[in-house]
Amino acid sequence: MEDDGLLLGTPVAILVLWMLRRFLSTPTRLPDLDRRLARLWIPAAVVWVGHLLFGKMLHLDGDLVDDVFILLVIAQLLQVVWRLRDYPPARTIGLALLPYAATLLLAMVWRQVAATSFKEYNDGIDMVGTFVFFWLVGLFSVARSQKKRLAVEAQRRAEEEQAQQRIVARNTELEQLVLARTAALRQQTEELQQALEELQTTQNQLIQAEKMASLGELTAGIAHEIQNPLNFVNNFAEVSTELAQELAEERSRSVRNLPLETELLGDLKQNMLKITQHGQRAASIVRGMLEHSRASTGERQPTDLNALCDEYLRLAYHGLRAKNKSFNATLKTDLATDLAAIAAVPQDVGRVLLNLFTNAFYAVHRRQQQGESGYVPTVSVRTKDLGNEVEVCVQDNGTGIPVAVQQKIFQPFFTTKPAGEGTGLGLSLAHDIVTKGHGGTLEVSSQPGQGATFTLRLPR
Amino acid sequence: MMKILVVDDEPDVRTLFEQRFRREIRSGALAFSFAYSGEEALGYLHEHHSEVVLILSDINMPGMSGLELLRRVRTEPAPPPPPRVMMITAYGDDASRTQALALGADDFLTKPVDFAALKEKLLALPSA
Repeated sequence: MEDDGLLLGTPVAILVLWMLRRFLSTPTRLPDLDRRLARLWIPAAVVWVGHLLFGKMLHLDGDLVDDVFILLVIAQLLQVVWRLRDYPPARTIGLALLPYAATLLLAMVWRQVAATSFKEYNDGIDMVGTFVFFWLVGLFSVARSQKKRLAVEAQRRAEEEQAQQRIVARNTELEQLVLARTAALRQQTEELQQALEELQTTQNQLIQAEKMASLGELTAGIAHEIQNPLNFVNNFAEVSTELAQELAEERSRSVRNLPLETELLGDLKQNMLKITQHGQRAASIVRGMLEHSRASTGERQPTDLNALCDEYLRLAYHGLRAKNKSFNATLKTDLATDLAAIAAVPQDVGRVLLNLFTNAFYAVHRRQQQGESGYVPTVSVRTKDLGNEVEVCVQDNGTGIPVAVQQKIFQPFFTTKPAGEGTGLGLSLAHDIVTKGHGGTLEVSSQPGQGATFTLRLPR
Repeated sequence: MMKILVVDDEPDVRTLFEQRFRREIRSGALAFSFAYSGEEALGYLHEHHSEVVLILSDINMPGMSGLELLRRVRTEPAPPPPPRVMMITAYGDDASRTQALALGADDFLTKPVDFAALKEKLLALPSA
């Protein structure tokens, strides 16, 4: 506070002003105010140069000019601080500046008004001034650390927000993936559903085909079976014509040979009977074939099992021979004479028997092809009345069934035949007919290499 | 008298032959015996060596088939002359015919038998 040509406060004030401008980022926060602040150096320069040049001449109090200018700057700063009052560092700057400004103003007024007493209390005033100055500096550094802390916090928040955004983006990404995956899975499910339906349809078709195949196998056997009685019908009819002719000739003779005529008449009668018998045989074969092809009503009827076994044994035999001329086997039947009719569905039981016989013939044929010397392929069927059950045993001395396979033979689609030679459904259908359709049992026992026995039991 | 053995599992074949060839049987030109299985036929042949000059056999029979019987007749040692064997069968395809002839059959006829033609064939054979 010495009265020389140099004003100290003014340039310092401008410097501090510029520092605070940068500190509080006024160019960005308060652009319009900042423009004014930026130009304050001009009046400062004017005042400083003016006082330097004309101060003595105009008897200007240098300190006063200095103080006034400093207070002006502080006033501007306080305005800035007020505008930025929500920014904690700005508040601290304000808190730092206010005591200094108040003290400065007070001192300035006191010095102008009561210069004497001012000089008296100069030491005290200096002390207060110093205190207020240190307060200013202290709070400036507080403001600086405040700003640093705020910057760190802002940085942290920015990073958090970035992380948050990354998470949100990742979530969206994952949701997209899930949607895509769900769509793909849904499509897969639909395709699998379709495939399943197709498989079920195919399975039904295969079961149908198996039934048709068994019917087809019968056709050859049945055709052969009908051929025989038809031949007899024709032959006996023809020979009866000859006999009638011969009888007519004998009757026209002058000397009649009565014994011969009686014999001829007897033969004629016998022939008619035979024609009727064989005609009926053919008719019953046709009836049997029609019944087999007709869809089974599932109704049980009293069934002669012995007749069924006999019929289907021969049908199976002829059916196979029609396919394979070299095929041959010995047929043995041991049918219980006391076997009463049993309530069963004839077509279904017939299909079961046909399947068992066909399998037996297949097995003995396979063994025959192996060329054992002295091997006599034999298939036998035996019926027995067990009281509350009826037992049918189909036995063959064929290739037999390996133990590992015995568990599986009743499974659908299981077959040991080469591809294309069997659907693998015969025994499975037979098993179903016996167990589910008639409440009976179908069992197998076999010595591999020796033969197999299928035992069918039906309850009465 | 030509002795003929007819082998067929159908019993009515006997009645049929006996009526169809009644004149020839009556006149003694032909004599028929009947067997209803291959085994029975072999038994008869063993019992009546060299009597039978002609065997008429069905092929499809349970037990020993006609072809098996043919094979046995041709391979088993028997006092000469060996009988003629004609196969009669419902299966008239070429494979069966070839097989029968290869095994030593003299002829191969299909059912239904044409008895007129058969009669001609039999009467044309030189008698034993």
